[in-house]
Amino acid sequence: MSLLSIQNLSVSIGQYAVLHDVSLKVPQGGVFVLLGRNGAGKTTTLRAIMGLWQPSPGSIRFDGEDITSLHTSDIAKRGIAYVPENMGIFGGLTVAENMVLATANGTYDPQRLDWVYGLLPALKTFWDKPAGALSGGQKQMLSVARAIIEPRKLILVDEPTKGLAPSIIDAMAEGFREISAETTILLVEQNFAFARSLGRDMGVIEDGQIVHTGTMEAFAADAALQDRLLSLSAEGAA
Amino acid sequence: MRGTLTVKGAALLIWALLLFAPFLFQDVRQIEVAARIAIFIVLVASYDLLIGYTGIVSFAHTMFFGMGAYGVAIALKQMGPGWTPVLLGSAAGVAVALVLAVGIGLLSLRVKAIFFAMITLAAASVVLVLATQFSQFTGGDDGMTYRTPDLFKPATKLLVDAEGKVLSIAGVKMNGKIAAYYFVFVISAVLFWAMLRITGSPLGTVLKAIRENEARAEGIGYRVVAYRTAVFCIAAGTAALAGATYAVWLKYTGPQTALSFSIMIDILLMVVIGGMGTMWGAVIGATLMVLAQYYLRDLMEVAAGATANIPLLPELLNPERWLLWLGVIFILLVYFFPSGIAGTIIQKGDKA
Repeated sequence: MSLLSIQNLSVSIGQYAVLHDVSLKVPQGGVFVLLGRNGAGKTTTLRAIMGLWQPSPGSIRFDGEDITSLHTSDIAKRGIAYVPENMGIFGGLTVAENMVLATANGTYDPQRLDWVYGLLPALKTFWDKPAGALSGGQKQMLSVARAIIEPRKLILVDEPTKGLAPSIIDAMAEGFREISAETTILLVEQNFAFARSLGRDMGVIEDGQIVHTGTMEAFAADAALQDRLLSLSAEGAA
Repeated sequence: MRGTLTVKGAALLIWALLLFAPFLFQDVRQIEVAARIAIFIVLVASYDLLIGYTGIVSFAHTMFFGMGAYGVAIALKQMGPGWTPVLLGSAAGVAVALVLAVGIGLLSLRVKAIFFAMITLAAASVVLVLATQFSQFTGGDDGMTYRTPDLFKPATKLLVDAEGKVLSIAGVKMNGKIAAYYFVFVISAVLFWAMLRITGSPLGTVLKAIRENEARAEGIGYRVVAYRTAVFCIAAGTAALAGATYAVWLKYTGPQTALSFSIMIDILLMVVIGGMGTMWGAVIGATLMVLAQYYLRDLMEVAAGATANIPLLPELLNPERWLLWLGVIFILLVYFFPSGIAGTIIQKGDKA
């Protein structure tokens, strides 16, 4: 059974129909990558899952339960964490306060925190500093750390590599690999090399519709398909 | 950390002065000032929970203060002096404040900040009009005087010496007036401490997150409307308790002491002078502002006397013009302490 199942989801923002009849199944475990060009509807899909946009119509089932009309806070309580594209951190709050916000009752398990420090060492150094003073990569790491400070069932990650240096992207890929051993990740990404290194299953969204689903292995091997769907064959081969 | 320590040190010093105020300042007016400072610290700190910590602009804070005050005043007036009316009146005042806060919060905290501010302004105006119109209960424009529990009567002997006379410690008579002051002090200190605990708790962090970015707070799973309503209720309840305490202290409640918009403006000025979102700033802001209100005129009288032979200056320093000078001081404070006194000292000190 799939962990997350989206059925015939349509979302309109104002007068614009952004998603049309999207159906997607994210299996339990590993990294599911949702690829697509700018403006294809990737972020809207994640925001709809989190209840930040209301579907009209459509249904979203998570872990056997219909979460379509739940409030965002209740969806988060079901075990879904969201790492938004713009990092979504609170710059005026310290790193520690940002982390407290992500916990259910304001306390962390020290062992878990050590594990997070191991994955993202910069956090320990800047623990008492305002998050706004962190570099772009560090902010992104804080955003990821917030999502994993407590065990979750699913983490939605929106373009984590955007604007980051290659060395940081490599470290981040390593981190996601380790996180995906315990938690399913739904990753939205434009950086195909990064996505390919992590993804087990994948889908492609275009103009608000799912145009392809399958395994990453098969997709990575099919240059013609990549070229047709993403115009990425040159980057993909690189 | 140096800035934070300086501010905390200054605020704790003010609390220490308030603790020993009856022994340090034995003039009736000085004790009046000390009690008013203690009450206003609570009022300003509870308003800071809204405007400084959560980013909610409300003009109804005096209304909640007044509800506590009128609750106690009406109960004492109708039932006579005693602890039962004080407790019942406070409870009723707090209950009405909470019901109204939940109502205003749920109905209007979803709307934009400016509309919310307008709604609170309208609610406060309605309550002020009601308080003056229902004069058979509220005393109308004249307000009400009433007697408080016997413990607070000046003739009450708290401690007696060997001859059965009221005992003096360090020249201060242990009578009902002392009891009334410490009643105000202890309640104010406990309420302030409780608000400090709130801002230091995970709830305080959520409030700051909401102030910074509502959408992001919502995105990581916080029901912003629920939190905003909750903090609005906490602030309203605290203001009502401060009002109830002040009503017991003053033995008088009327629109001017409990509901007027000039109190709301005072609270706003105190929050801005002290520093929004610092909690300790409330102590500094309330103290400076109350001191200025009581002593600026005296100070100007002295200054006008000293400059009597110089042309123009005595005219400018005429005590009648104290509000003008309060305005000048306020402009200078905002210019030199853009984040309030506490806020600016914390920022500069912690950077150094």
